[in-house]
Amino acid sequence: MTTTVSTPSGARHREPGAATGRPPARDRWVRRAPLLPALVFLIVVTQVPFLVTLVISSLHWNVLRPGERSFAGLSNYGTVFTDNRLRAAVINTVVLTASVVVVSVLVGLALAVLLDRRFPGRGLARTLLIAPFLVMPVAAALIWKHAIYNPTYGLLNGSLTWVWELFGADSGPSVDWISSMPMTAVVVSLVWQWTPFMMLILLAGLQAQPGDVLEAAKVDGASPLKTFRFITLPHLRQYLELSALLGSIYILQTFDAVFTITQGGPGTATTNLPYEIYLTMFRKYEYGEAAAAGVVVVIGTIVVATFALRVFSSLFREEVGR
Amino acid sequence: MVRRPVLAVAVGAVLVASGCAGAGGGGGDGDSQSINVLMVGNPQMEDIQQLTADSFTKDTGIKVNFTILPENELRDKVTQEVATGAGQYDLATIGAYEAPIWAQNGWLAEFTSYVDKDSAFDKGDLIKPIVDSLTVDGKLMAVPFYGESSFLMYRKDILESKGVTLPERPTWQQVADAAAKVDNAQPGMRGICLRGLPGWGEMFAPLTTVVNTFGGTWFTKDWQAQVNSPQFTEAVQFYVDLVRKHGEAGAAQAGFTECLNAMSQSKVAMWYDATSAAGSLEDPKVSNVAGKIGYAYAPVKETESAGWLWTWAWTMPKTTKHADAAAKFALWASSKEYEKLVGEKLGWARVPSGKRVSTYSLPEYQEVSAAFGDITLKSIEGAKPTDPGTQERPTVGIQYVTIPEFADLGTKVSQEISAVIAGRGTVQAALADGQKLAEEVAKKYQK
Repeated sequence: MTTTVSTPSGARHREPGAATGRPPARDRWVRRAPLLPALVFLIVVTQVPFLVTLVISSLHWNVLRPGERSFAGLSNYGTVFTDNRLRAAVINTVVLTASVVVVSVLVGLALAVLLDRRFPGRGLARTLLIAPFLVMPVAAALIWKHAIYNPTYGLLNGSLTWVWELFGADSGPSVDWISSMPMTAVVVSLVWQWTPFMMLILLAGLQAQPGDVLEAAKVDGASPLKTFRFITLPHLRQYLELSALLGSIYILQTFDAVFTITQGGPGTATTNLPYEIYLTMFRKYEYGEAAAAGVVVVIGTIVVATFALRVFSSLFREEVGR
Repeated sequence: MVRRPVLAVAVGAVLVASGCAGAGGGGGDGDSQSINVLMVGNPQMEDIQQLTADSFTKDTGIKVNFTILPENELRDKVTQEVATGAGQYDLATIGAYEAPIWAQNGWLAEFTSYVDKDSAFDKGDLIKPIVDSLTVDGKLMAVPFYGESSFLMYRKDILESKGVTLPERPTWQQVADAAAKVDNAQPGMRGICLRGLPGWGEMFAPLTTVVNTFGGTWFTKDWQAQVNSPQFTEAVQFYVDLVRKHGEAGAAQAGFTECLNAMSQSKVAMWYDATSAAGSLEDPKVSNVAGKIGYAYAPVKETESAGWLWTWAWTMPKTTKHADAAAKFALWASSKEYEKLVGEKLGWARVPSGKRVSTYSLPEYQEVSAAFGDITLKSIEGAKPTDPGTQERPTVGIQYVTIPEFADLGTKVSQEISAVIAGRGTVQAALADGQKLAEEVAKKYQK
């Protein structure tokens, strides 16, 4: 893509279209042509909406007051940065995402290690373990809300009552799980949903492990724990990073679980950014403010993601450093 | 060397994840003989969904596609639909709060001409406060499907067993005392069900009537916010204390539907909510407590009456392309003929009542509604939307303030109160925040 014309004297200079250089411009475009529809499509579906969002974020636009649309400049951004609710939502989002990613990676790792061994019924066990990921998020959230957490007919309180009855009590404690521990309730349901995803990636990593290295370790008398710590874990590093990265990207956008299980409550205890933006859009009907919040979130995410990738991750480094 | 499998896994994972997100999709527009209806998931709407195909569609050839959503989500969707002129739905259920605001914005098609043309519809039979709440500038903007006020429902057998009696017009203090006495009358039974689910139309429907009768208000006549006034605070504190001490399990998540289930499954002994709930509670097919329930007027403190006034009504967005078919369906659904159909097919207790005076003189309906029919009609007719409390109000409406900002204001304040019910924070702090929001809203109206 370089089109630099002035080159220092003595440097190798290629005329466009020279026999030894790149093919002529026309040929290059012919070669790229089949990719163009995809490129145009990508721009239309990702960048155009973003530009529209930028425009909307500079408007005073409440849909309940038609005819009062006006230019707002940056005042919507001012509202976003000074809004207490939004600040609380940022913290909730970080807590929610971090805890779900960490827990589901750990559980996923444990399950992947177990599944990496041969045992009868392994295929069945693997399928069953993947199942939660295949359940639609809203359906999963409904199951958790009604069948498991419900204080009167939920599975958790039902089990507690059963245990209590075993010891002769009339009825067990009636814990209102969603009100008393809302964030934990959401995190647990998400961990259930996302563990299979982590497990799949890590399992692929484990199975890509060269067998001769493991055998050599065995011959040298390394204990299984040491083998895992010094051979398997370093090998898995990229897979762990990948699963944490993808997990963060998806769980950051979590909406279904929050919307269904807690409605962001009690108060704003589980209101994360997507839900807060939804509320601004669908309950307050302030399109400008919602768009501004959306833009801020996207920019924030890009900054954090870039920083995290540069500092911690070996995923995008050219040299793996073997 | 190691990179390849990692990337392959990455691509695979992305495909799997994005494949899961692609579910859903809306219904098609269909031909002129099919209309799309968006409605709230209350029992009366579930009944009409069940009955339409075999009667309305059979008679007229018009196919009706229903979408049913819970109250909060319905409001999100209907508002977007109507405000943006998306034109996906031909008919939607809205309430007394939305009708005047939306009509002013020019979003709704009027019904007067359709109603006048249909002599069998008998619009003079409709209950006046209900019609008034849906009429803007002399034009009917929505056809009422059912109307309701609020009252207290209680288990006669349980109260009797504990030696508690309630007068026909109880005070809130009497209700609180009764709740304390009947709490745990049976294993797992709580004293009273009161909505704790956030939402201006959920928790704040009953709660605002409590505020009204305690002498509080959201705004004074000249738009001074009153959310942290002593009366408002006392009312909310009373409500929160009552729910926390003797209320239903999972109160912070309980709305109308949850309370209806709790009551019909004997999980609570009393319930203060919509009069239209009685129809479901008295139907032995869906309720375990039919015939065991007593009814009393909405509890009061400072005022003489406290019941709210609400109606779920059919409205046509201006963008509808099938106005005639949609109007035909709305008029059929609100007709005497449909009430009869429900009575014969599903049982007379389930008739969508509270909108026609004549409903209450049908012998079959009188028979099943002996306990609650009279009190319902009197509550609706006696509701005073123009003067619901102890002071003058800036807008018309009992359990809401008829301004577009109230939906957001009521919802945010109710979230904080719901958190207090769940045991986080205090009523004072919640209402102090609410006062700030209310002052912000009031600024636009102070002149």
